[in-house]
Amino acid sequence: MAWPALIALAGLYVYLAFAAPRFYAADNLRDIAIANVAVLLVSTGMTLVIVLGQIDISVGALFAVCSVICGTFAKMGVPMVFLPLVAAAAGTVLGATNGALVSFVKAPSIVVTLATMVAWREALRWITNGAWIGGLSNTFQWFGLGQRLGEAIIIVAALLLFAALSWSAHNLSAIRAIYATGSDAEAARLAGIPTSQIVFSVFALMGALTGIAALLNAIRFSDVPSNSGVNLELKAIAAVVVGGTPISGGRGDLAGTLVGVMLLGSIGPALTFLAVSPFWEKAIQGGIILTAVLIDAIGGWRERRMVEFA
Amino acid sequence: MLLEANRIQKSYDGVKALTSVSLELRAGEVHALIGENGAGKSTLIKVLTGAIRPDSGEIRLRGQRVEHNTPAKAKGLGIFAIYQQPALFPDLSVAENIGIANEGKKLWRKVNWRARVTHATRLLQQIGAQISPDALVSSLSMAEQQLVEIAKALAANACVLILDEPTASLGQRDTYNLLRIVRTLRAHGTGILYISHRLEELFEIADRVTVLRDGNNVGTREITDVTSRELIRMMVGRKVETLYPKPQTRPSEIALEVRSVSCERSRVKGVNLVLRKGEVVGLAGLVGSGRTQLAKGLFGLASFTQGSFYIDGKPVEIHSPRDALQAGLAYVPEDRCRHGAILEMSVRENVTLASLDKLSKNGILQRRAERQTAQGFTDRLHVKAPSIEALVKSLSGGNQQKVVLARWLITQPKVLILDEPTQGIDIQAKSEIHRLIRSCAEGGTAILLISSDMPELLALSDRVAVMAKGHLVSIFDRKDASTDEILRLALGQNPAESRGLN
Repeated sequence: MAWPALIALAGLYVYLAFAAPRFYAADNLRDIAIANVAVLLVSTGMTLVIVLGQIDISVGALFAVCSVICGTFAKMGVPMVFLPLVAAAAGTVLGATNGALVSFVKAPSIVVTLATMVAWREALRWITNGAWIGGLSNTFQWFGLGQRLGEAIIIVAALLLFAALSWSAHNLSAIRAIYATGSDAEAARLAGIPTSQIVFSVFALMGALTGIAALLNAIRFSDVPSNSGVNLELKAIAAVVVGGTPISGGRGDLAGTLVGVMLLGSIGPALTFLAVSPFWEKAIQGGIILTAVLIDAIGGWRERRMVEFA
Repeated sequence: MLLEANRIQKSYDGVKALTSVSLELRAGEVHALIGENGAGKSTLIKVLTGAIRPDSGEIRLRGQRVEHNTPAKAKGLGIFAIYQQPALFPDLSVAENIGIANEGKKLWRKVNWRARVTHATRLLQQIGAQISPDALVSSLSMAEQQLVEIAKALAANACVLILDEPTASLGQRDTYNLLRIVRTLRAHGTGILYISHRLEELFEIADRVTVLRDGNNVGTREITDVTSRELIRMMVGRKVETLYPKPQTRPSEIALEVRSVSCERSRVKGVNLVLRKGEVVGLAGLVGSGRTQLAKGLFGLASFTQGSFYIDGKPVEIHSPRDALQAGLAYVPEDRCRHGAILEMSVRENVTLASLDKLSKNGILQRRAERQTAQGFTDRLHVKAPSIEALVKSLSGGNQQKVVLARWLITQPKVLILDEPTQGIDIQAKSEIHRLIRSCAEGGTAILLISSDMPELLALSDRVAVMAKGHLVSIFDRKDASTDEILRLALGQNPAESRGLN
């Protein structure tokens, strides 16, 4: 569990309660939630990828591709109810491509996803010429339900998905296999766990979650940009690390990632309400990430010393 | 005297690896060190090279006491060890590898490439090795890499050279070449400690021989004063421990049948073997004889190029550990920490890892059933852990091994393959594991037990099979098996040969 991040989050929220009570206005909280829905879903998938001992830096590019696919299908007149399926399917295919290269070709995930990140982004730019997809029907934005209800649906959908995955993480034997593979792939394989399929599936799931995140993000606007999701991979990795999941894999949990997303996502708005220059946001986020890494490193260092002197 | 080790003692977790071993090495001598696996040879080497610190005893080099030995200090003094697996940088050239050993530790110094290559060439010539100094180490054969290691040691002015089974993975010609180099080094006054299982080789190269058994020096002899038969007797000793439970033999159905399996890369050649239900078959052999490779092949970790095998009379195809698990096989690997227990996970998670399917309904893990199973088996195996939620890395070696055993016992395997199940664990846990192996066999499981611990093998097995150089050379009933005979076969000596040596 990510106690340092949780304490920092609680500290921040308590401080805000005294220094800037207007932070707690319903509109503001809802804006923060809406702005972080995509990051939360992608970070959830990223947590599993990192627990597995892998990394996926192509999620930002996948996010852009899935957004454009959703926009294109919507423009072709595909009913809105089918769009979540389209988004998830598109994401799954893209994620599975990464997964196949990592698990069956046995290429390192950082290189594979670096390649697909560049490839998908540039392909998208070439196909769309950088143009946005506009002129969508009224049923696209907020599913045609108006902003209030639309926002509520987005938040509830994201939280339900997160809750379902958290439940799975604690109850599905497949997720146990992810942790075992991330801890020690060879030992897991010797225990009869199909480690290659596990790696493949986790990347595919990462893609599916990215696709749904892309859809939930796209319907907030009337046009679909062709360059969305820039730096999304960095935000997700940061949230996972701040949430106490070590980058070396094998450990970590989704609740920690939720805390990480909340902490990193609250800094910007908090600064606004505290009347601090927003330019500080990135610097503070950087400081938080560094602290999280240091805490993990110090923990590991102390453990090693204890073993040495045992 | 070049090197003296006096009354060296070392124990791990209360298990004595060395009980007061003394050894003397003269300059210009090849001193052979022999003993069964686990006799303490490796520990002694580690003490001499500073890799571990002895509990007591001293090391003297040319009469000077070596205080606070560390690997760096030992190298500085000229004590070098060369292992069966060369420890070189594979992606650097031969000259670079030799240079790194030789040129000191000044990081910010311009490298004189020409001098490096010249120096490497000279050293390689000195030992008569036909290797280009510019070749990448990864492109060299195992034998060539060993020669580079020797050149590296020479570059650093080695006066004591420890060769740990240098010829175990070499062919005849490379062996011949290596022995020639060893003679050259001896002529130059280097003291050589030579560890080998190949007795013929010792009679060819060694001046004296020291035999270790159970962490004791059983004797040092001039090689001309001993025969190979005597050496084997010294290695084995006379006592066979009786602390083990007595096996019972009764004929039953065949659980596993292996028909002429071979694997080119891993050197398993035409092995036939039958395991009956409720039977323990011991598999003896030296390291590198193909024992572990056979086990790995059965469990789908290496592919056999030929042959077939049958479980309960039905032919099975196994391409992965998962297939093996489903066919009813279980495998407890040799390297417990690297391939067995998952150290960062809890006892519960480790114990149930191979039976997650059984403990799940529609993929949903039944937590209560999982806890009960884990608790039940850890109790039954007397795993000493604060709770089943404790991380496996916090347990002792013996308890980690019990956790791995529990993992496989839960799957109720038809055939259980154990590779060195009691290596490096304390006596108490060892005898508990022995009892478990027997009770598991009594429950009808067929067990293939790979062990280098002869008394263990003889006490637990109903039959003992011996492997040497990839072949299954013999199989005995327990009552006909003797340690001498097994060791003789494992060493690859037929009766004619040993008579010749006498």
